[in-house]
Amino acid sequence: MNLKGRKIRVHDMTLRDGMHPKRHQMTLEQMKAVASGLDQAGVPLIEVTHGDGLGGSSVNYGFPAHTDQEYLSAVIPLMKQAKVSALLLPGIGTVDHLKMALELGVHTIRVATHCTEADVSEQHIKCARELEMDTVGFLMMAHMNSPEGLASQAKLMESYGANCVYITDSAGYMLPEHVESRITAVRDALKPETEVGFHGHHNLAMGVANSIAAVACGATRIDAAAAGLGAGAGNTPMEVFVAVCSRMGIETGVDVFKIQDVAEDLVVPMMDHIIRIDRDSLTLGYAGVYSSFLLFAKRAEKKYGIPARELLLELGRRKMIGGQEDMIEDTAITLARARQAHAAKAA
Amino acid sequence: MKKVRCALIGSGNIGTDLLYKLKRSPVLEPVWMVGIDPESEGLARARDMGLKTTSEGVDGLLPYAREDNVQIAFDATSAYVHADNSRKLNALGVMMIDLTPAAIGPYCVPPVNLRQHVGSRRMNVNMVTCGGQATIPMVYAVSRVQPVRYAEIVATVASRSAGPGTRKNIDEFTRTTAGAVAKVGGAREGKAIIILNPADPPLIMRDTVHCLTETPPKAAEIEASVHAMIKEVQKYVPGYNLVNGPVIEGDRVSIFLEVGGLGDYLPKYAGNLDVMTAAAARTAEMFAEEILSGAMTLEPVPDQVAA
Repeated sequence: MNLKGRKIRVHDMTLRDGMHPKRHQMTLEQMKAVASGLDQAGVPLIEVTHGDGLGGSSVNYGFPAHTDQEYLSAVIPLMKQAKVSALLLPGIGTVDHLKMALELGVHTIRVATHCTEADVSEQHIKCARELEMDTVGFLMMAHMNSPEGLASQAKLMESYGANCVYITDSAGYMLPEHVESRITAVRDALKPETEVGFHGHHNLAMGVANSIAAVACGATRIDAAAAGLGAGAGNTPMEVFVAVCSRMGIETGVDVFKIQDVAEDLVVPMMDHIIRIDRDSLTLGYAGVYSSFLLFAKRAEKKYGIPARELLLELGRRKMIGGQEDMIEDTAITLARARQAHAAKAA
Repeated sequence: MKKVRCALIGSGNIGTDLLYKLKRSPVLEPVWMVGIDPESEGLARARDMGLKTTSEGVDGLLPYAREDNVQIAFDATSAYVHADNSRKLNALGVMMIDLTPAAIGPYCVPPVNLRQHVGSRRMNVNMVTCGGQATIPMVYAVSRVQPVRYAEIVATVASRSAGPGTRKNIDEFTRTTAGAVAKVGGAREGKAIIILNPADPPLIMRDTVHCLTETPPKAAEIEASVHAMIKEVQKYVPGYNLVNGPVIEGDRVSIFLEVGGLGDYLPKYAGNLDVMTAAAARTAEMFAEEILSGAMTLEPVPDQVAA
């Protein structure tokens, strides 16, 4: 595979996807320090939002330590070269949030839908396009749709005005062959000037390999997080990906050592738990379950006594998708009740 | 028995499901269905069921509304066109039941506030959204026990039951639902989240209600209030069920619901259609009874945006 000379843009997730393992409790100081470090390391684009996007503040997903406005207002003025992006999930956030983000200086808006529901993004993508923002469509849980299906969903987003469409492996389920077929189908379907991106999770340790596979098939934007801080077993670790790109001659513009220092000196010390592939996050990748479910399942295990792994497998069987965090407690209660009834019968 | 004659605007999922319900009503008689696509399946079905139809939008109905004595119209189109439809029909003295999230009239959630609207002489009432109809009775069931400072609802519907109107209008759905969760549900602040799940076979509609109370939750009273309200809703949506809860943790009260439909148009998983159309039909029936008894007379509204 010769990718020498390919130019790609890495997009940092530490301060958005990384909000999940931080239970959305990052301080403004942590945000500012990490964002400044990323900026100095040459990361061109940094996402800053509640883990579930603009307007994600809720009982269902968790109330953050600060509002989206506070985080964005703290970070954006400090950026010397990096641009800031915000995530928006239609059904959670609205175009009002999008306009607020633009006013605060957000450069890129990423409108995320489940991989079969692109048509709910029309209002938001059109609005962002009209406001001349860098407008990205983000097809989540992409393992749940075929390459052809994703291509037609991507075309919808492009038709609304997206200048880039992502294949998003929210469950960290995909293997390189899945990434190749999906990125290739989407790349072939879209206009040459529309970019294609890939967002990986590291639940099967495929983050870097999958991202390289995506680049080989024409993706030019790759999401990653310093020290992998992200939902589940984390995102593609930025410092590793940048080092691999450097070895392969893929140009990211990011300094290999500076990004290592951000990961090691700033991000690892702020972790509430070590981001690693434990049996529960491995189960996410193995069974194709939304990575943000991880901590909710662990909490439900503590409260209701149903092992998180069992709960995640059941959520997968029930075909729960991103955003259905409410069903984790519900399923735990139902399973606990069934278990009690079973025990009573046996006794 | 004499019936009040009705028109259905919109020939999609909601309009068609509503048609089945109106056909069974003892006091309502659907006579017109309005669409915008001559090839629409919904219009063909309505014709088969003996209704007059037009594919020219609400303007195709206006010349006939008086001579066919249409007194109540249901708008199941989209928030974008509702204001126009309402203004034109109100001008002819036709009362409007709004099933879009436009919400230019007051919100109506039957077990909570229908009685207040009957007798108010409103010419436009709004049915909020399917998520609102499914969850606001539960928010109210908590807020009638003790003050709720924040209420949040999560509605998950099967992708196949969400038509193009809902999809293009998703922000209106979240805004209107959040507004009504606060205003009708009785919470100081409201938030709404909607998820479309494409699973096949389709999943039955699920709704979760989270309330944060101002003082520690009174568990026994909330439990009794919730169960009583479930029974009220079941009177018109038999598939409305409590799956889990109320779960009480700190100041949080969480209620996990499932809404199965009657399977009139879409199969039973699409409880989101039923909860909306059944609420609209129940609302119209209450007004129709007032009209038939002479207690309420509909007057044309001078041509301006109805409030």
